[in-house]
Amino acid sequence: MQAPAQFLARSALQSMIDALAARGYRVIGPQVRDGAIVYADLAQVNDLPQGWRDAQEPSSYRLTHSDNVRCFAWANGPQAIKPHLFAAQEPLWRAIQTDDGFRVEAVEPDVRPLAFIGVRACDLSALALQDRVFLGGPFVDPYYAARGTEMLLIAVHCSHAAATCFCASTGDGPRAGAGFDLALSELEEGFVLEVGSAAGRGIAALLPLTVASAQQIQAAQTQVEAAAQSQTRTLPSRNLRDLLFANLDHPRWDDVAARCLSCGNCTLVCPTCFCHAESEVTALNGKETLHQREWDSCFSAGHGYIHGFQVRPETKHRYRQWLTHKLGSWHEQFGRSGCVGCGRCIAWCPVGIDLTEEAHAITGETGHDE
Amino acid sequence: MTKPRVAIHKFSSCDGCQLAFLNAGAALLELAQLVDLVHFAEAGAVQPDAAVDIAFVEGSITTAHEIERIQNIRANSKYLVTIGACATSGGIQALRNGKMQGADWIASVYASPQFISSLDTSTAIAQHVKVDYELWGCPVTSRQVLQLLRDLLFAVRPKVNADPLCLDCKRAGNVCVLVTRGEPCMGPVTRTGCGALCPQFGRACYACFGPSELVNGHALGQRLSGLGLTSADVAKRFLFINAGAEAYAEAAAFTEHKHD
Ligand code: SF4
Ligand code: SF4
Ligand code: SF4
Ligand code: SF4
Repeated sequence: MQAPAQFLARSALQSMIDALAARGYRVIGPQVRDGAIVYADLAQVNDLPQGWRDAQEPSSYRLTHSDNVRCFAWANGPQAIKPHLFAAQEPLWRAIQTDDGFRVEAVEPDVRPLAFIGVRACDLSALALQDRVFLGGPFVDPYYAARGTEMLLIAVHCSHAAATCFCASTGDGPRAGAGFDLALSELEEGFVLEVGSAAGRGIAALLPLTVASAQQIQAAQTQVEAAAQSQTRTLPSRNLRDLLFANLDHPRWDDVAARCLSCGNCTLVCPTCFCHAESEVTALNGKETLHQREWDSCFSAGHGYIHGFQVRPETKHRYRQWLTHKLGSWHEQFGRSGCVGCGRCIAWCPVGIDLTEEAHAITGETGHDE
Repeated sequence: MTKPRVAIHKFSSCDGCQLAFLNAGAALLELAQLVDLVHFAEAGAVQPDAAVDIAFVEGSITTAHEIERIQNIRANSKYLVTIGACATSGGIQALRNGKMQGADWIASVYASPQFISSLDTSTAIAQHVKVDYELWGCPVTSRQVLQLLRDLLFAVRPKVNADPLCLDCKRAGNVCVLVTRGEPCMGPVTRTGCGALCPQFGRACYACFGPSELVNGHALGQRLSGLGLTSADVAKRFLFINAGAEAYAEAAAFTEHKHD
């Protein structure tokens, strides 16, 4: 049922941003800020990271610029779409004292629909997991839903993986498989475009498209395959739950705890991590309080605190919680691992702890044996 | 109903933490409605020996007279709360502890050292009297002091948040200066409270809010060495503002011992 692939000339890319804005979307796209590629409001094609490349290693991320015309020749930065849907900090409701008690007022989230340009395969997989947490089951999160149900996703198939990427081994990339409205493959002269949904088709109809040539389709295919082949890190794609839980006393947990700072960066850059804590911000006059939610982490004290008792007092316990949940008990919870192979936890760990290395050491699995 | 009585005392310090009250703006007027500020010299009220419900204490102990004063204050106060690095860890002035004999030190700084009468050490309030709550920071923020005061007025136990600064830094959407620029950021061993102020402006945290819950000084020290800092420079990063904080002192001692 796939329509033939179409082509959008590089010179016509602005028409896509304009079409989205004309449809009432708040357009979010990648751009360079403070030495990294971040996703923020995007009005102009000129704000895209044209000519920028990334070099990522454990605890290191550097951007370099050249006169290359490509705008998406880099792998994901520290954050992409997660903070725009699952907000890092968000007021939920306020309670106000009245003469005979108190009343509660909801704090309504901003409901303008979002359109993301440049979403990568790993983040689409992560989004499907976040959707299950916040939208699945009987209790839908209205704050996430306000932003996450009406949005439009324009994916870009990765043409340049970073040294930290291992999405090929988790099966999540570098080609975006599902969950997008439109998907782009960036070539020098423009973009091969695939339609993934009715909403995507509606946007495509507003663009000056031509039919993609066989060479263009082939070039797009070749570069995504090259991006997969360039990846050197791996994670065994099988269910590691039993292996991890059989190794809760493995000496490697002490070894990694000696290196780990318990800083939580890995969890907050991870696109699938969903933990949050809620707290009160009380007005000084004591008559009003704001109930707010913020990102939490299994490396925080509050995460392991259960009524007078800290269940994970040491870094060793916290790192073990992170890894055994992400790669082990996620399988019971969600039917897959919580890792989509984006490599962010490796690059953004201040001391460069590599989750794939730790997983290999603890499970004895190499990841090459699928 | 009588209003709770509050005192704000100053010891050896720069006065910066008291500004958390003075700079609170409209909240300061609100505060004056809620409590009786019986002693706050910087704002004009002077009754240093009055009995109070809550005493906030800024500054460290550096003279024999200050030891007497803090004992008096403790005896006169239901709750004693330290505000800032000086009161909580001994502050920047604790850098002198154990380094030089007091007299040599003083003679190298003052033209007429005979007028100076101070102890050889700068120490935290908690080394002299029982402290009920500690607010870290150099300086503390209005938000911290007012939230603690509000909690005490409600008679709920104030929340102690010793989470690492990195959590707030990521929540704020800052780009990590350590990972992108190799800056020697102390965020991973520093507690939250400032809102990740320094990284927000592109500079490395220098640990002014003191140790986070689980400090791995060894691992961060090694990382900073890897970024090109000498072991002496690494030790300075830990000791700069809170030399008297045990976790930082240990990290610094370890670094110097290991590499020198
Ligand atoms: S665990 Fe690490 S590599 Fe896997 S999805 Fe999370 S951040 Fe990415
Ligand atoms: S693994 Fe790295 S990023 Fe995660 S808590 Fe430990 S030091 Fe921080
Ligand atoms: S800039 Fe500093 S505080 Fe922020 S995440 Fe990096 S190491 Fe942590
Ligand atoms: S970032 Fe660090 S040095 Fe800067 S204000 Fe915060 S705690 Fe202090």
